[in-house]
Amino acid sequence: MSTPATLDPQPPASHDPHSQLQACQAPQPQPSRWRVGLKKAASSSWLTSALAVVVALVIGAILIAAADSRVQQAAGYLFARPQDFFGAAWNTVSGAYSSLFQGAVVNLTSSHSFADVVAPATKTIAYSVPLIFAGLALGIGFRAGLFNIGAQGQIILGATLCGYIGFSWHLPAGVHLVVCLLGAFAGGAAWGFIPGILKAKTGANEVIVTIMLNSVAVFFLGWLLTLRSFQIPGLSRPISPRMDTTAGYPHFFNTSIDLGFLLAIVAAVVVWWLMERTTLGFRIRAVGENPHAARTAGMNVSMSYVWVMVISGGLAGLAATSQLLSAPSQQLNVDIASTFGFDAITVALLGRSKPLGTVLAGLLFGGLRAGGYLMQSATGTPIDIILVLQSVIVLLIAAPPLVRSIFRLPDNDRRRRSRSTAHARSLRHEAAT
Amino acid sequence: MTDRNTVKKIAASAVLVTAAALALAGCGTPPSTSSTGGSGSPGASSFLACMVSDQGGFDDKSFNQSGYEGLVQAQTELGVSIKTAQSKNTTDFTPNLEAMQAQNCDLDITVGFNLAEATKDQATKYPNSNFAIIDDSSIDLPNVKSLVFKTSDAAFLAGYLAAAYSTTGTVATFGGMQIPSVTIFMDGFVDGVAQYNTDSGKTVKVLGWDKAAQNGTFTGDFEDQSKGQVTTKNFIDQGADVILPVAGPVGNGAAAAAQDAGNVAIIWVDADGYETSPQYQSLFLTSVMKEIGASVFDTIRDTQSGSFSNTPYIGTLANGGVGIAPYHDFDSKIPQDVKDKIDQLKVQIIAGALKVTSPSDPQ
Repeated sequence: MSTPATLDPQPPASHDPHSQLQACQAPQPQPSRWRVGLKKAASSSWLTSALAVVVALVIGAILIAAADSRVQQAAGYLFARPQDFFGAAWNTVSGAYSSLFQGAVVNLTSSHSFADVVAPATKTIAYSVPLIFAGLALGIGFRAGLFNIGAQGQIILGATLCGYIGFSWHLPAGVHLVVCLLGAFAGGAAWGFIPGILKAKTGANEVIVTIMLNSVAVFFLGWLLTLRSFQIPGLSRPISPRMDTTAGYPHFFNTSIDLGFLLAIVAAVVVWWLMERTTLGFRIRAVGENPHAARTAGMNVSMSYVWVMVISGGLAGLAATSQLLSAPSQQLNVDIASTFGFDAITVALLGRSKPLGTVLAGLLFGGLRAGGYLMQSATGTPIDIILVLQSVIVLLIAAPPLVRSIFRLPDNDRRRRSRSTAHARSLRHEAAT
Repeated sequence: MTDRNTVKKIAASAVLVTAAALALAGCGTPPSTSSTGGSGSPGASSFLACMVSDQGGFDDKSFNQSGYEGLVQAQTELGVSIKTAQSKNTTDFTPNLEAMQAQNCDLDITVGFNLAEATKDQATKYPNSNFAIIDDSSIDLPNVKSLVFKTSDAAFLAGYLAAAYSTTGTVATFGGMQIPSVTIFMDGFVDGVAQYNTDSGKTVKVLGWDKAAQNGTFTGDFEDQSKGQVTTKNFIDQGADVILPVAGPVGNGAAAAAQDAGNVAIIWVDADGYETSPQYQSLFLTSVMKEIGASVFDTIRDTQSGSFSNTPYIGTLANGGVGIAPYHDFDSKIPQDVKDKIDQLKVQIIAGALKVTSPSDPQ
């Protein structure tokens, strides 16, 4: 891991102290605090990620207990009969988390068949597909130093193209699916190209451009859905006809798992290969580590940004296919992207922007989603708790020192830094004597 | 070091204060009988009624809330157990219904036309579970009961009243989305105005809905109140002095525009606006009410007693499923002969002597 300031890209030409001062004050060579923070968050250690999840579950437990009316009641006479309070809190929290687990992993209460017992796990896998695609998309951006907040818009554009192809073109099975997938990729890639080219040519901040494009995408789709050609004939509602079954993902073993999950895994492998084994991937990583050094080394930084945004947008566009091509109600509407684009930011951060980590984080969040539905319906626990869990995870990953201090972990960075300063001091000492 | 000490001191005092607060809060006396902490309802039966909301949730002051009130009424009066799930957006419909399926509900109630596709898919997949859907009659399956309303009858009375009350000779209506459960209000309203014109020989105009062409003014959603305000302002500028917004919360925008204009009355929908929106009480001429809660309650009661059927529940003037609200503040401003005429029309509709029709009528 290199610290951002190891390579000074623009060494001051003259030794005039005044110009040196100016060079120090100029903000250009110093990466912004935001970027440093992002880089830290995206490259936090596995341990931090795992502990963040643990802390989130503990905080979630406290909130679940606090929101429960029986616990509130028992808290009123905590000292007279403490066992009531702790019993109620334990019942509530264990009830909520056990239904979360049963909704996400295995359903032990089901007495029917093996398929019913593992059905929750298959749902978790199905829900993880859009998160993995979009998480991979954002991970590539993060490693190039680009904070792409626009996955939401890119998913919507992917959904628009894929959806239109799905319900209005009538092609043979298989071919239709492939054309839909290409459409989803193209839609997302086109929406990613805009901030990419703007950044490359004009230096426009990709964070702002992508956020704005999210709104543009929502309203663009909303407008399209007012057109007759996007509506069910005879009904003027902002919802499209159902997708043709010829465009649907085939399901494996009659479960919720479909071809989309396989594609997501393939995408993760391709992203790994791209980033670790190709020249383009090396260039992307070099630009992410230090754009000035990369430019000095003769790399085309601007073109790298465009490529990154196109690939990132395309992957995000593919996230739309899990909604359109596998959900039972396969219709295009303005909610098609749900909140996948924003959840994916968390997934990418938790997965440390690496493909394997993203797949695992996607599965975790898919599980939280699958379990959340059951937790809400079975125990009446507010489903917003799931959002709190996800948010606390991000918060802790963005602030590794917090996790370290909670668990009293050593700070590897600081130790390394102090060791190197000590080393430098001894060198100076030697030189002086 | 001093920094760290200060932080520690602050943390310690914060913990102390919190502990003291908790200690004070926890000094109450426990209930005399050791409660087992069950669901709380006395004699809870094993019957489980479940409900999945549309977007907007159970606190939307509109149809989701009405449905939920019926469910809670069944819990307290019939002793059934209930489970609910709120949908944040359309992608939640199917997962929520699947989760309810895992609870082995005796009856799944889905609130609103937008859940029709998801409900149909689930009912086909689980033919042994019973479902009920509010405001939709498109599903023809043995295990799905529709809870629909002949709202056109009540809206007819409101239309007659609006035309009789209008001094400018122009009234208006608009909808949130062009879906049958909305346009049925507008059809009845237009027919009521036409009835008044026939009876009195006047020519009161209706803006915003052409019944024959089934075409009119819609704001596009059930959320954006500013669109309701702009639409209503346009109607007022064209001379309308009674407005019927059929758009849930968007109607608040219409009320705001009417308040600005003065001398413009609003007819509310679904619930009695005089009670649900107290800030606009002085504007409500009447309300076209749908007793969604009562229909939910009745359906749960019938299913509990073992007589579930897929025969639709149709709320009418006769069974009290639809109706118009009291005139409240306008009571003194409406001539007695108009009130009498409306009562008379109501009797005629119930008797079948007068037929109000709409393409969106429940079949």
